[in-house]
Amino acid sequence: MRDGASDGCLLEVRNVCKAFPGVVALDDVSLRVGRGTVHALSGENGAGKSTLMKIIAGIYAPDSGELLLNGRAVRFSSPRDALRHGIAMIHQELNLMPHMSVAENVWIRREPVNALGLISHRELRRRTRALLERLRIDIDPDAEVRTLTIAARQMIEIARALSFESELLIMDEPTSALSERDAGHLFAIIRELKAQGKGILYITHRLEELFEIADEVSVLRDGRYVGSGTPASLTREAIVRMMVGRELSPVVLDGEARRGAILLAARGLTLAPHFYDVSFELHAGEILGIAGLVGSGRTKLAEALFGLTPASSGRLSIGDREVKIDSPQSAISRGLAFVTEDRKESGCFLTLSVLENLEISVLRGEFVRLGFVRPRAVLAACAAMCALLRVKTPDLHSPIANLSGGNQQKVLIGRCLLTRPRILILDEPTRGVDVAAKAEIHQLISRLVAEGTAVLLISSELPEILRTSHRIMVMREGRVTGILDRAEADQVKIMDLAAA
Amino acid sequence: MATTRQTVARETLRVGGGVRLRRLPPEASILVVLIGLALAFELLGWIFVRQSFLLNEQRLVVMILQVSVIGIIAVGVTQVIITGGIDLSSGSVVALTAMVAASLAQSSEAARAVYPSLTDMPVLVPVVAGLTVGAAAGLVNGTLIASTSIPPFIATLGMMVTARGIAKWYTHGEPASMLTDTYAEIGSGAVPVMIFLGAALIFHIALRYTRYGKLTYAIGANPQAARVSGVRVGRHLIAVYTIAGTLSGLAGIVTSARAVSGQAGMGTMYELDAIAAAVIGGASLAGGVGRITGTVIGTMILGVVTSGFTFLRIDAYYQEIVKGAIIVAAVIADQYRQRTARRRG
Repeated sequence: MRDGASDGCLLEVRNVCKAFPGVVALDDVSLRVGRGTVHALSGENGAGKSTLMKIIAGIYAPDSGELLLNGRAVRFSSPRDALRHGIAMIHQELNLMPHMSVAENVWIRREPVNALGLISHRELRRRTRALLERLRIDIDPDAEVRTLTIAARQMIEIARALSFESELLIMDEPTSALSERDAGHLFAIIRELKAQGKGILYITHRLEELFEIADEVSVLRDGRYVGSGTPASLTREAIVRMMVGRELSPVVLDGEARRGAILLAARGLTLAPHFYDVSFELHAGEILGIAGLVGSGRTKLAEALFGLTPASSGRLSIGDREVKIDSPQSAISRGLAFVTEDRKESGCFLTLSVLENLEISVLRGEFVRLGFVRPRAVLAACAAMCALLRVKTPDLHSPIANLSGGNQQKVLIGRCLLTRPRILILDEPTRGVDVAAKAEIHQLISRLVAEGTAVLLISSELPEILRTSHRIMVMREGRVTGILDRAEADQVKIMDLAAA
Repeated sequence: MATTRQTVARETLRVGGGVRLRRLPPEASILVVLIGLALAFELLGWIFVRQSFLLNEQRLVVMILQVSVIGIIAVGVTQVIITGGIDLSSGSVVALTAMVAASLAQSSEAARAVYPSLTDMPVLVPVVAGLTVGAAAGLVNGTLIASTSIPPFIATLGMMVTARGIAKWYTHGEPASMLTDTYAEIGSGAVPVMIFLGAALIFHIALRYTRYGKLTYAIGANPQAARVSGVRVGRHLIAVYTIAGTLSGLAGIVTSARAVSGQAGMGTMYELDAIAAAVIGGASLAGGVGRITGTVIGTMILGVVTSGFTFLRIDAYYQEIVKGAIIVAAVIADQYRQRTARRRG
């Protein structure tokens, strides 16, 4: 405990406290990261993970407590200072410049120069290639970043972090935007880094990953250290209990019993080059999961059903009537609702309040008289929705930007539910959402389904799809490769159908 | 269920009220600036010209009169800025409507009337014509922005040049003067101030309490999310730009009535003053943020600076320098305020 360096301890966090006006974000948290190990940090949103990471990365200064790097007490004045000490952070949101090349992004502000003081592009390329080779990443150093996939960008972030010869890498939910296959590649890189003796602090919501990659798991709750252990010594349930502090009732699905009449039927929907000849039926009271790799056309299909980018051919019927949906308005008026996959991009109104985010889709009919919004009626409906979804917010007038990801997601689902949809399309409804909120969202979905709502659930997380769906439609490169019943589906079968 | 709903709602209301008491409205800081500036001029007045700046009714009236035209435009521009857009055409639309309205408001005494057969018309005719011209210009702006992918900056820049051109072409550069007395009354006394405050009140209510207002903020905050939420974004943008154009038209009517003539050079640079008033008042060019009350205070700040400098007999050049600095300072202060607010959250 006295001397960390001798026992292979790279970073030690001792009794760190941090308070913000009104909240104690971290209360006496201690943690150790060893060389060549992956230390996973888990906890619900708002548990203090981000604050702890930001202290380690030099973004915040702790109120009390200390950081020991290789056994020596350090105090960082800025992220650059932390970087100089060998600590690099890979942010959840990618910070790359889309119009510049990979090499330029990696070495920005540290470009090698030639005798004239100009940037030497040859040297830049050579260094980048060497760096990428060391990590076994196969990306062209000259490629423009905007042409690359999210997964490739993630790899470049990691390469950039390592280009500082960092000893400790902090990864904040690096797989949240990756498909299973890309996540596998990322894990391979992490193992490579471990072999090179780097320490990794790994933040994640996905419990499966803890068991796959972590050497040690620590859990925070409400800013306090709850416990830790090796994945071998912990069960999934034990970790969830530590995170949430109570037992979560698992989602119970009533199989086919309540499946009702066909609500939505698609015949030969096509929108080149995104998807071709998609046919399926969705019953009342059914959850149809859509699985597939990123780029398989799942999201485009959802957008077409909702009228955002209508299909160019094919037929669609709702109930027993054939319909043409060419705009979101017509979709909503026919009882559809859509929760998009990207909360920031196409979900939240970040400058507006929770109330204003909720009410937007129902500003008509009973809630509006002569153009004037009826504030009491709207407020009552929105407050009831918040209570139903258990949205944690000080009040309906606080900015939605202040809410955690899980609560923002609940607000967006609430926005859809206020329109009383018969058909709900959910695109990655639990991405970046903590375990408790995730369970609550799943429970909500099953309750809706029990009431006769039909749900289309798109998810990159196979366990989620397998656990919640009645049937699973698998897509590959824009085509439906199979529709599996819940009883016959498993991860292997789905991956077989999804991967080329 | 019904009772629980009501309790929840009531509780939220109570909590909401409490929070608002603790957090001052965003206009508070800008109001402090306005009062501070006025007091500074008061103090400087006693030191340098041995007069009171504020205790002079006539000066205050003139001060508000001078900026009420800018204020009318700014009420529309604020709404455009809330949608995340910008309107550079307001000044030119002022000139065009001033020309058209004045040409239909000439008295029979006018020596060379634009329409000799249409003199001494009832005042409603030029007013309706002016508002129509303004609305048409706004409609064109809105339609261009909604149906093509031209950014608002470019679309309204085009309108700025075009409308000015039409204003000059309309009478080949000749002013339209000798307007009827009833028309001139629109620009006399406190009428322009009443129009300004009336427009401000109407759109303050519209933005805060109507569906129109809610959609305006939503589109500015995130147009894509608004679309997914079932908002007809294009149609709404057309409405907002048309309203802004109509208000510019109204400003053109007031301007020509005050000057008792219409001239193609009227309203030059008004668009920038109006944008400045909105931005000083807290509107964010990124969209989704802004209030009419803030814009009214922003307009008053411009007025205080202008009349304060005149009062201190300082060169007009300095006036512009200070005005520029205030605009930039207001935006910096606002960003700082937003950042600290976010960090607290």
